[in-house]
Amino acid sequence: MKHRTFFWFILPTFLAMLIFIFLPIISVILQSVHTSHENVLITVENCDPFGCKKVTSIDQNATKNLNQSKPLGKFVGLDIYFDRGHLAIEKFKLLWNNSENIFSFIESLSNLPFYKAVFFTLTFTFTVTPIMLLLGLLIALGVNSISKKLRGIVIFFSLLPMIVTPLIGSIILFWMIDSRGIIGNLIQWLLNDPNLSLKASTSLTWIMLIVYGVWHAIPFSFIVFYAGLQTVPRDQLESAKIDGANKFEEIIYIIIPHLMPLITFVTLMQLMDNFRVFEPIVGFSAEAHATSLSWIIFNDLGGETRQLSAAATSSILTIIGVIILLSPVLLRTWKDFKLKK
Amino acid sequence: MNLIKYTFLITSFLFFLIKNSFACEVKARVSVVGNEFPAIQTVGAGVKKCKGAEVKTNLTADHQKINVAGMSSEPAEYTSAIVANTSIVALLNNDLIRPLDDLVKKHGSKLKKNQLITINGKVMAVAFMANAQHLVYRKDILEKLNISVPKTYEEMLSAAKKIRTSGLAKNPVGGAYKAGWNLAQEFNNMFIGYGGKHFKGNTPEPNVNTDAGKKALNMMKSLSEYMNPDFLTHDSNATNAEFRAGNVILMNMWGSRAATLTDADGVSDAVKKGMDIAGPMTVGGGNVPASTLFWDGWTVAKKISDAEAEATFIAMMNAIDPSIIKDDKVKKQAVWLLDGYTPTDSARGVFAAAKMNTTPYPMLPYAGLMHSAIGAEIADFMQGKENANKTLSDIEDAYSAAAKEKGFL
Repeated sequence: MKHRTFFWFILPTFLAMLIFIFLPIISVILQSVHTSHENVLITVENCDPFGCKKVTSIDQNATKNLNQSKPLGKFVGLDIYFDRGHLAIEKFKLLWNNSENIFSFIESLSNLPFYKAVFFTLTFTFTVTPIMLLLGLLIALGVNSISKKLRGIVIFFSLLPMIVTPLIGSIILFWMIDSRGIIGNLIQWLLNDPNLSLKASTSLTWIMLIVYGVWHAIPFSFIVFYAGLQTVPRDQLESAKIDGANKFEEIIYIIIPHLMPLITFVTLMQLMDNFRVFEPIVGFSAEAHATSLSWIIFNDLGGETRQLSAAATSSILTIIGVIILLSPVLLRTWKDFKLKK
Repeated sequence: MNLIKYTFLITSFLFFLIKNSFACEVKARVSVVGNEFPAIQTVGAGVKKCKGAEVKTNLTADHQKINVAGMSSEPAEYTSAIVANTSIVALLNNDLIRPLDDLVKKHGSKLKKNQLITINGKVMAVAFMANAQHLVYRKDILEKLNISVPKTYEEMLSAAKKIRTSGLAKNPVGGAYKAGWNLAQEFNNMFIGYGGKHFKGNTPEPNVNTDAGKKALNMMKSLSEYMNPDFLTHDSNATNAEFRAGNVILMNMWGSRAATLTDADGVSDAVKKGMDIAGPMTVGGGNVPASTLFWDGWTVAKKISDAEAEATFIAMMNAIDPSIIKDDKVKKQAVWLLDGYTPTDSARGVFAAAKMNTTPYPMLPYAGLMHSAIGAEIADFMQGKENANKTLSDIEDAYSAAAKEKGFL
């Protein structure tokens, strides 16, 4: 493609990315290095149905000028990145020096909100992604080998989990796994433990979220792999058969290498998707046991307190996390590209 | 035929009369955001009776998450937010609501003086109801087991033990212990009950890592042992559902939800007839109930035109017209602060709370930050992952980090 043609071709996408992705990220970065101005506090008399009382309040007039002249707030550099709600540098050092071994260090680190969220997010990402890849491939192979008449309906049902809105899906499951719900009750009966509650135990909650994550993500990998299976060259399969390869060897030596670019693609998409896990935590009311980076951002932004700078900082840290996470896959793609050249 | 015709005529005439008796004309946009419990639904319906311009309401449990954003734009999306003494603080902190003195003079002749929430001498909100958490229990079960109505949390514990051993209920205690706002509110109640003060004097310095804090946490832990094991996911709606289902015998519940608690479909007669309410409980031999007093009221946005502000004021005044409590159903929905209100049976709990000098929830600019720090940190303690000292110092650390960011420390 000529450079000129390429330029006009890419311009709309580039502009959209500039306006909707690049500029917002710049504004988030700016927000994350500023905090609110120091509030001028005064004592005033408040009266309500229960009587009058002297209480502390913000002096709006005194704070107003400051806010108007510097609407972004006070510049604090990386202070918020290092505070207890985020990287908690001071606590980190303290725990590192006081911990006897690496396990107790990790355990005490998970008491800090940011690290707690990182631990869950990473666990979720690195369990859901491989399980989903494997199961998606197995389902695709299974569907590919059943009679053509049944395929349509099987594909339709296999895609259902993806069609359900994540929040709705998780709320429905939330009630099903309740200790009085159908799944919760079944598990109690199977394990013969009437006091077992999925929602009350941290490890069971994590497993539940991971199972839900896999359930929700399988259709995506299934449909991509199924499409890929349609392009596997027949002659290769046939010659493999003639050479005496069994079904398993066919999969390992022909189908998987053929699907490799798709596997890379699905892994890339799912790593990103799973890293920003959010809806199931809200849907399952699981915040007591599991939080994720996205949930922290949501929690800081919502509520009465609206900690904009804290949310901005968590967002930037999440972006850095995504870059680190994807770098091996991206590097690989880049190397492949260079090889082909 | 004639009969049908006459009935039709008479009913349409009656409708006409009713409609006109509530005639409320507004000349500009009215848009209200607020919580969703029954009394506020009534107020919302009252606002919607106003005609003449666009009138809409958005009543949701998530109101606190959206009202600040919805009133910050210019012009504000919401012309009024229905708030409580907790949630008004965020609006005050961001300077989003206007003083109402002029409008009160012009249109507020039906208001009583104690309905006016004044801050530094300016009317900033109009309260219409009072609220508090108090005991809701099953009279029939307590009588059957010969247990007297608990007046303290210690008595609640021993009652719970007796109920469990009797086999009438496995997890007899209920409470809105959902991690986050609800759990923090229960801690606040207990902490105040033990004589705790959240802040050092009039400063924003945290003060929860105290003996009272430790005792409050331990009491909550003891209570939770008699709760449904899923308690960290139960908000007040879920707790009420447990009560309706007959699983919960004793619970600390909001007055605003207690009155209509058993009105839902499918509630057994035993629960309907057996439900009773009492005042809030004390704890640790203290005099102050382990509860907090709330008022609910409405505000008018600052970033709207004066015409919209006036229209909103008129619509809200119409919604809380003292005539609404002539309807018995409405009357029992809340402890109304309206003229002519006499307490119903369902109001006993909140009235007892007021009489026992329950502490009102503090209207401090940094109280919300403390509330969310508590809500996030005590889940670990409730699950037995860490001890009380650690949790309390975690709360202070989390609060301090947030308060620094918001410019209070």
